[in-house]
Amino acid sequence: MIEIRWHGRGGQGAKTASLLLADAAFNTGKFIQGFPEYGPERMGAPMTAYNRISETEIRIHSNVYEPDYVVVVDDSLIGAVDLLKGLKEGGAVLVNTAENIEKIREKLGNFKGRVYTIDASKISNECLKANYPNTSLLAAIVNITKIMNKEDLLENMLESFKHKFSRKPEVIEPNMQAIKRAYDEVIGG
Amino acid sequence: MAIRERLSGNEAVATAMKQINPDVVAAYPITPSTEIPQYFSNFVANGTVSTEFIPVESEHSAMSACIGASAAGGRVMTATSSQGLAYMWEMLNIAAGMRLPIILIDANRAISAPINIHNDHSDSMGARDTGFIQLYCENNQEAYDNTIMAVKIAERAKLPVMVCYDGFITSHSVENILLMEDEEVKNFIGEYTPEEYLLNPDRNISMGPLALQDSFFEFRKQLADAMVESKEIIKEVSSEFAKVTGRNYGLYEKYMLDDAEVGIVILNSSAGTAKDTVDELRAKGVKAGLLKPRAFRPLPYVEITNELKNLKALAIMDKADSINAYSGPLFSEITSAMYTAKLDIPTINYVYGLGGRDVKTDDILTVYEKLLQIASSGKIDQVKHYLNVEE
Repeated sequence: MIEIRWHGRGGQGAKTASLLLADAAFNTGKFIQGFPEYGPERMGAPMTAYNRISETEIRIHSNVYEPDYVVVVDDSLIGAVDLLKGLKEGGAVLVNTAENIEKIREKLGNFKGRVYTIDASKISNECLKANYPNTSLLAAIVNITKIMNKEDLLENMLESFKHKFSRKPEVIEPNMQAIKRAYDEVIGG
Repeated sequence: MAIRERLSGNEAVATAMKQINPDVVAAYPITPSTEIPQYFSNFVANGTVSTEFIPVESEHSAMSACIGASAAGGRVMTATSSQGLAYMWEMLNIAAGMRLPIILIDANRAISAPINIHNDHSDSMGARDTGFIQLYCENNQEAYDNTIMAVKIAERAKLPVMVCYDGFITSHSVENILLMEDEEVKNFIGEYTPEEYLLNPDRNISMGPLALQDSFFEFRKQLADAMVESKEIIKEVSSEFAKVTGRNYGLYEKYMLDDAEVGIVILNSSAGTAKDTVDELRAKGVKAGLLKPRAFRPLPYVEITNELKNLKALAIMDKADSINAYSGPLFSEITSAMYTAKLDIPTINYVYGLGGRDVKTDDILTVYEKLLQIASSGKIDQVKHYLNVEE
């Protein structure tokens, strides 16, 4: 079973990203969980969301305490929230940032595992003309976790967007562009 | 053919309601059950269902409207949580006293004060003696299945049914689920043809009128008898459901209990978490098991007592506290049944998870560790414990 913890700020779409990832994994035949930890739900306040992805039925219903992966939707959370808490030693952290990866590695302190970065906000701004980094982060985390290959991801997301944006078909292609770019542009290891 | 889907608990229940297509839904929104009337009102607006949706001004009115519609002969549903259920309490008793098969979906949430939107079972446990059948659900699948079965159970037992599942943990978590085809649900629940109803021009009756010293008691005895008889009805309906879906439900579920030496009784989503703990313990050779009641009303006290009889130590877990200087409600009732069955095993009570305090496999592990100590020493130092609380 793979466990993922998402850190974002209220309103940035970390919950949506966790549900999109759950969707994508579900479509490849997996058992999934996707759920946010509901707090005061203030815009801009730190929040977390979770995923479990498994080959077998998932019975556990607690939050995730020892994730395999951590995704940081907003790099201003570094230093403000204990992002690496419980992260497995062989695990990885993905940060949405415009900063240099070495700088991020340094800011994260002495984490021994893998560090990845993606400038999802830039990709989103360029493709969607708005800052919705979650689809790009989704593509990046799929690349890192290898829960499916690129072709399956693209096929999956196209189906999902057709459904989700049935009334706004013009946004499907820009979202697909963002996914393709993010899958390729994630760096680190 | 089962439809493989991924839905949150609320989405699953709203889907079941869409497939049931009740005559009337009356509801007032409250977290975490709000999405149910929200999704359902979409179905109404889109013409997917032919239900009359009544957006009432309070939960008291919601249950009142349900009572009126059900007495008139309709198939009727509502959804609520926490304070909403508390506000319905007066009318819950009337729904049951009038023997109306209303379905109430309760996304379990703590009761104030302090204000808290998260899960425990204080709301439904506070309504345990209202005459509602109560079915508890571990996950979205069980919430969906129990909602569909509840229709048939209620109509056959002539009792209202409360379907209880954990707020946020189940209501807002997206998980895999197998849905029935619309036609399968339609055929399974069938048409509702009430024996007695107010809008029957050929047979004028009164419902819920004054009953004084000469008859009130008899009505209440009949209500109590109906609850006893509902046990067989739940089993019947569940076996009919198993024939359609292949999913088997009893009055309770056992997990690794038959040869267990230490066991717990636990409701809803934490039972799933506890199953993982049982597996961890079994892998180390510890004979751990659990029992998860599905029906708390009616309480299958003879059957449950019988299942627990070989344990060396038992913990009964309550996600609600009776502020009675003794124990939580599940403990009181099950130990009372054990006493009358002359079953004397060391039994302790844990109150856990109030207001959404997360329940981890490690928390459940501390309960089993306590039980192992008790099993080996035969001594109980303290009956009631609070799990993972700051003192």
